[in-house]
Amino acid sequence: MRKLVLGTLVILIVLFAAACASTPAAPSTAQQPAQSAAQQPAQNAAQAPAQNAAQPAAKAGAEKTVTIGFTTSQTGSANLESGRQTNGFKMWMDEINSKGGLKLADGTVLKFTSKSYDDESKKDRVQELYTKLINDDKADFLISPYSSGLADAVAVVAEQNGKIMITAGAASDSTHQQGYTLVYQTYTPASRYLTGAIDLLAKLDPNAKKIAIIHEKDKFSTDVVNAAAKYAQDKGYTVMINEGYDTGTADFSAFINKVPADADAIIGGGHFADGETFAKQLAEKNTKAKFISLLVAPPEPKFSEIGAAAQGIVGPSQWEPTVKYSADAAKAANMEWYGPSVADFVNAYKTKYNEDPSYHAAGGYTAGLILQKALEKAGSTDKDKVKAALDSTAMMTMFGPLKFDTDKQHGLQTGHDMVYVQWQKGADGKLAKQVVWPEASKTASGVYPLR
Amino acid sequence: MPNQLLQSLVDGLLLGSVYGVAAMGLTLIWGVMRVINLTHGPLIVVGMFATYLLFTHLGLNPYLGLVLVAILGLLAGLAVYFIAVQRVINAPYLSSLLSTYAVSMILIGVGTFVFTSSPQNVDYTLGTWGLGALSVPGNRVVGAITAFIVAGLLYLFLNRTRPGKAIRAVANNRAAAELMGIPSNRILALSFGIGAMLAVVAGGVIATFFPFTVLSGSDYQLKSFVIGVLGGLGNPIGALVGGLLLGIVEGVVPMFMPVGWVPVLEFGLFIAALVFFPNGLFGARRR
Repeated sequence: MRKLVLGTLVILIVLFAAACASTPAAPSTAQQPAQSAAQQPAQNAAQAPAQNAAQPAAKAGAEKTVTIGFTTSQTGSANLESGRQTNGFKMWMDEINSKGGLKLADGTVLKFTSKSYDDESKKDRVQELYTKLINDDKADFLISPYSSGLADAVAVVAEQNGKIMITAGAASDSTHQQGYTLVYQTYTPASRYLTGAIDLLAKLDPNAKKIAIIHEKDKFSTDVVNAAAKYAQDKGYTVMINEGYDTGTADFSAFINKVPADADAIIGGGHFADGETFAKQLAEKNTKAKFISLLVAPPEPKFSEIGAAAQGIVGPSQWEPTVKYSADAAKAANMEWYGPSVADFVNAYKTKYNEDPSYHAAGGYTAGLILQKALEKAGSTDKDKVKAALDSTAMMTMFGPLKFDTDKQHGLQTGHDMVYVQWQKGADGKLAKQVVWPEASKTASGVYPLR
Repeated sequence: MPNQLLQSLVDGLLLGSVYGVAAMGLTLIWGVMRVINLTHGPLIVVGMFATYLLFTHLGLNPYLGLVLVAILGLLAGLAVYFIAVQRVINAPYLSSLLSTYAVSMILIGVGTFVFTSSPQNVDYTLGTWGLGALSVPGNRVVGAITAFIVAGLLYLFLNRTRPGKAIRAVANNRAAAELMGIPSNRILALSFGIGAMLAVVAGGVIATFFPFTVLSGSDYQLKSFVIGVLGGLGNPIGALVGGLLLGIVEGVVPMFMPVGWVPVLEFGLFIAALVFFPNGLFGARRR
């Protein structure tokens, strides 16, 4: 019997070793989180002594270290989006630190360090983690976790502890309708997420009038489709069905079967993993709809891995590498230009991470940029001064115009607008992402019907 | 509407047959040794990842790869049996429940460490097959055929072969079987191995339909319980029918009400079966 037990143990160990050995060759997504997980402690460990060393110097008024706290989904359903956001933010921090820090008007030089944990994309984890970031890790400023649900859960913690938080990958309007005063939004809010897709549909086919909505039942996606449904109905569209699916759904056949055969358009979706699967299954079932617009997934470069199923799918994007924001555009709009140009950002990101930046990455970078500008303007790290500076933000960056509501929906992003992308087959037969809306920033005309 | 209904029915049946195979594994183990195998979900995930790794790294056709995956499942099942089940098999139910739960936590922990919990895809498609107004993904059809082949093989094994008959004898009355000279420990191990094999094969097939993560197992494990109870715990062929039934419920019910109501109905059915048909809708054999 003992031999048998030993034998099975040996088999298990061999299997485990085989599994481990094969991971390095696994595709980049599986690898990425494991890598960043491994890097992080090392980085933090390296930064900690530096921070301690900087402390006495800060008293002298020469150099001060600012700790920025956030969580990232090293694991969990939002792993991809969150990872990109963190990449973007880290790039901002590395850039400013490598330039010798941020110099304030009084001569103080701010250096930045970050502290982060894995939130597993779970709402119940983040409140605890942000409390820890504030109390134990003494974070001076906070960046939100990725996704509206998580950011919303954290907003109350930030507010209660009197910490300023820039939300990066979070677009819910309702977070900013609860009287918070210290939470600032980078993204265009959910209420304006899919309304452009309706405008695009109207342009492509004035006769299309029937829309089916199938969306993830989370906070963000529900906010988006409710706003879009209302907008569509006001424009004379009929919403034939409006149904939500659970986060993490893998089988969409029940929903796809429910879409009436004469629906002109399907809009909805949720986040990357479910959106990609939904698009794939829509294609597998030969859906007849002539226009499909899904949230979050289509703008991700990885979306093209589903091949032909990606063709024609439209998606709202916060930002694309081809956007046309520039110092000249800022001048024309009578706004201040701040930060790197679009091209500089894209090239730096490509060099650092060896892939095209998605809007999640750009959003993470911009969250850092917003904080940088506010600190510079405030000339101090004092919370009230930084808050006043944030309230008066009005600038154009490579991410687009940025401005915050300072009234009833404090912190809501009011300056920034969406662009809409569509995966189109180019002359070389390869799928490429084109900006098709609004007219001013388009790189190609929309293809209709989609396939 | 009739078209949509037919389409939903076909979708449900194709998927339900695969759920049935997963449930057969759970119910076989329960029937033979009265152990609720909580490693069932993680074993399904083992099947998913084994198929995924064989396909992405060795380029093996995922359906042919199932043979290797099945062997892996058998070995994994034997390992779980000798490590965690054998010692507690005569203890009260709670002991084996807890020990298989512990193994499942270990599997999930190691899986999360190695693969993280990001979604993975077996990027293999047989295209869409049209039949009149129906359009069915080829993967689902091949998956369902695989499910019926596996169920048929299991039926033949249990009824036509010596070890299969021994399994049934042990399930029926272990003491009597031992008196007849059947080595019950080996037979129990074999049953556990086969139960695990079924879970792993079902996982491998499901991986060709849907994306999955290390944590996907719990959903399918829950479905297996519902199916097992519908078909009669301990009745592997009943499980296949239970799977088809669950598939029909999942496919057709959403046509008439919001999809969110499906689990309510499923578990309503589960409780109704427990109360009114404790031996399953098809009256599993009594001990």
